[in-house]
Amino acid sequence: MLSKLFTTGALIFVALSTPVIAADDKIVITGSSTVAPLITEIGKRFEEKNPGVRVDVQTGGSSRGINDARSGLADIGMASRALKKDESDLKAYTIARDGIGVVLNSANTVSTLTDQQIVDIYTGKISDWSAVGGTQGPITVVNKAEGRSTLELFLHFFKLKASDIKAHVVIGDNQQGIKTVAGNPNAIGYVSVGTAEFEAGQGTPIKLLGMGGVAASVENVRNGSFPLARPLNLVTSKEPTGMTKLFIDYTQSADTHDLVKEQFFVPNGP
Amino acid sequence: MSRTARDTCLLLGLSVAAIVASGILLLIILFLSTEAWPVFSQVGLLKFAFDEAWYPTEGAFDLKPMLVASFAMSMLSIMLAAPLGIASAVFCRFYAPPVVRRAYQWIIILLAGIPSVVLGLWGLTVIVPLILMLAPPGASLLAGSLVLALMIVPTVALTTQAALASIPQFYWVGAAALGLSREGTLLGVALPAVRSSIFAGIMLAMARALGETMAVLMVSGNVVQLPTSLFDPVRTLTANIALEMAYATGDHRSALFVSGLALTVLVFILAWVARRSGGQVVHA
Amino acid sequence: MPEPANLIDREIHPVRDRVLLGAVWAAAMLVAGAFVWLLADLLWHGAGRLDWSFLSTAPRNSGRAGGIWPIVVSTVLIVAVAIVVAAPLGLATAVLLSEFTRRGGTTERAIGLSLDVLAGVPSIVFGLFGNAFFSVWLGLGFSILSGGLTLACMVLPILIRTAETGLRMVPDDWRLGAAALGLSRTTALHQILIPVATPVLLAGLMLGIGRAMAETAALVFTSGYVDRMPSSLFDSGRAISVHIYDLTMNVAGGDRSAYASALVLIALLVLVNGAAIWLSDRTLQRKIATR
Repeated sequence: MLSKLFTTGALIFVALSTPVIAADDKIVITGSSTVAPLITEIGKRFEEKNPGVRVDVQTGGSSRGINDARSGLADIGMASRALKKDESDLKAYTIARDGIGVVLNSANTVSTLTDQQIVDIYTGKISDWSAVGGTQGPITVVNKAEGRSTLELFLHFFKLKASDIKAHVVIGDNQQGIKTVAGNPNAIGYVSVGTAEFEAGQGTPIKLLGMGGVAASVENVRNGSFPLARPLNLVTSKEPTGMTKLFIDYTQSADTHDLVKEQFFVPNGP
Repeated sequence: MSRTARDTCLLLGLSVAAIVASGILLLIILFLSTEAWPVFSQVGLLKFAFDEAWYPTEGAFDLKPMLVASFAMSMLSIMLAAPLGIASAVFCRFYAPPVVRRAYQWIIILLAGIPSVVLGLWGLTVIVPLILMLAPPGASLLAGSLVLALMIVPTVALTTQAALASIPQFYWVGAAALGLSREGTLLGVALPAVRSSIFAGIMLAMARALGETMAVLMVSGNVVQLPTSLFDPVRTLTANIALEMAYATGDHRSALFVSGLALTVLVFILAWVARRSGGQVVHA
Repeated sequence: MPEPANLIDREIHPVRDRVLLGAVWAAAMLVAGAFVWLLADLLWHGAGRLDWSFLSTAPRNSGRAGGIWPIVVSTVLIVAVAIVVAAPLGLATAVLLSEFTRRGGTTERAIGLSLDVLAGVPSIVFGLFGNAFFSVWLGLGFSILSGGLTLACMVLPILIRTAETGLRMVPDDWRLGAAALGLSRTTALHQILIPVATPVLLAGLMLGIGRAMAETAALVFTSGYVDRMPSSLFDSGRAISVHIYDLTMNVAGGDRSAYASALVLIALLVLVNGAAIWLSDRTLQRKIATR
């Protein structure tokens, strides 16, 4: 048995050492897990239209996308936020937008919250739904983990610091937020508007709240009236050329709008 | 090749393998240390133990609550999983009728191969809402421990089974000759005879619990705080790394590697204690 | 040889025996119940999505539609690389530990401790390490090879520990007998010890394969996210548990596909384990036949 194992191992390594033909045109894209599914789908369509080209998409977060684009490890980085001040050396190309809306469980009787009430709930000043006109029950505050772009957007919008928030559940990705709120009648969270709209339509027990009198809907994110939105960006370290440029142009074209909508994001333009 | 030459070659080959196997740990520690070094050299070790809280983007790096959470959750899960796992092994070997035994064996093997993501998903959609009925927010130390326990039961069960199988035949014959009951043989002879092997399996399982990431992240709430009850949400060191690594830069990123290092130290202490206390072999 | 179960099947102390009997059955049924509950949940949500095209086609629309065939292929390749690398290394280390070191001696203690610690290194740390070491430093990039090698490091402690147990199980009389017959230790190992320990070695292998197939965190940064059919081991390939994680945590409307993928993974495990049990039975039979 021992010798058999070794023989198999040796054979595999011989097979491995044969040279591999590299794809003649390979675009490596890394970064935000929010953007990755969309770019994967756009990449597949791009590959169909440009035979011989390969688009490899890897996740790992917006920071990784920024870092890899800067270091040249990736041709293109993905970031689910606008560039920060210290990232002005990079170039960003917005491919879609995503609204962030506050969600409650659909069993919750509360139907609107003012900005101040949301702030008070998230900072722990209000801890029971009866204080904002709901039926009595302890509020479960669902927050995003430190560093996530949705959290940064949320904090910035409500002028809060990360340490101001008194959370009961901290989540990572978007769907974890939706599942957590769906499973807890007293929970409040904030998630991507498009996905929440879709999930609510599918019968998941969640509901989106409006913000500042504007209903949270994909339509209002598209026309710019919904206040809490973020761009989904591709970033490069220098002016893109060749296939990279072709790909970025393609992601921004109307040809990909159906794919953007399939991922519940908001396409560019009117 | 002569006999002794072949044996020497074999020993040489085996030693190389063993060096490679144990070298991996050194490589990992080296890697963690280099990545953690920037924040060590700048803010020092003490900040990780004596800071007020964990707000790495605001320069606060307290690891205590997460160390405690990791330790508490793995202890709780092993307290549940150890008796269940040992009982499972005893069940398979001594109590179950052949058909049930085959089926049960499959359950254990499959349970060992259920991805933590799937267990986490089940925990999030089934266990957490159940715990919520007892006390909010549901996602808690208890939820994490329950899911982890289910995950590590197979490790305890399979290692215990292997240990029970290793008991020499004359133990059984001896016990029978002494007229010991089934209960007496099991509790008085069989289990004590393989105590150290079972203990080693438990340690393996506990290490697995400490290192588990995805399932814990999904069900335990991830709030950085010292738990005061089973129903408090907690964040383990592993969940911390998984939640924040993708978005961390600079000192924050370094600090996450410090938490990786801290966890490795915790496992090291556990393993060392386990070896000291479980070192004696009963067979002698 | 009478089965141990028969040897101790007597009731001398009816009450205490019954209590133990009840406790053991209760514990076993609790574990089985939890598993059945989990499986029922998976079937309830995922069975409707399972059909031949799910198995045989590539994912579409981020996995909401289409199938998982390229992902199954990638998973099998990643696990194969991991086992091909880790099994010989693990077996060799286990042989050294059980046959050539004194139990409790310095060598055994040092290697043993490092393995115990390795077993507790979080999977996400393995992932980060694998990315830094295999993907970047060795230049393997995001590839099935990087992922497989990372998993190999991860399952090594499991393989070594179980193999060691299996080898220690072999009674010392057999070793003495082999030595008395003038067999070299190499021959004794090859002809007697390893064949006798095969069932336990296979059980350990199964545990390792199960663990490797179920791994997520270690693979996101090593074998990667690309869900295309891999054309070589140097291609990035998405493992099935990475796919499940993405579908549940990142893709709205991906839950049904996630549950169905989990069922496929369980079916794969059944297949692999069934093969191993068959193989183990066959070696046992052959051994008996040749004796």
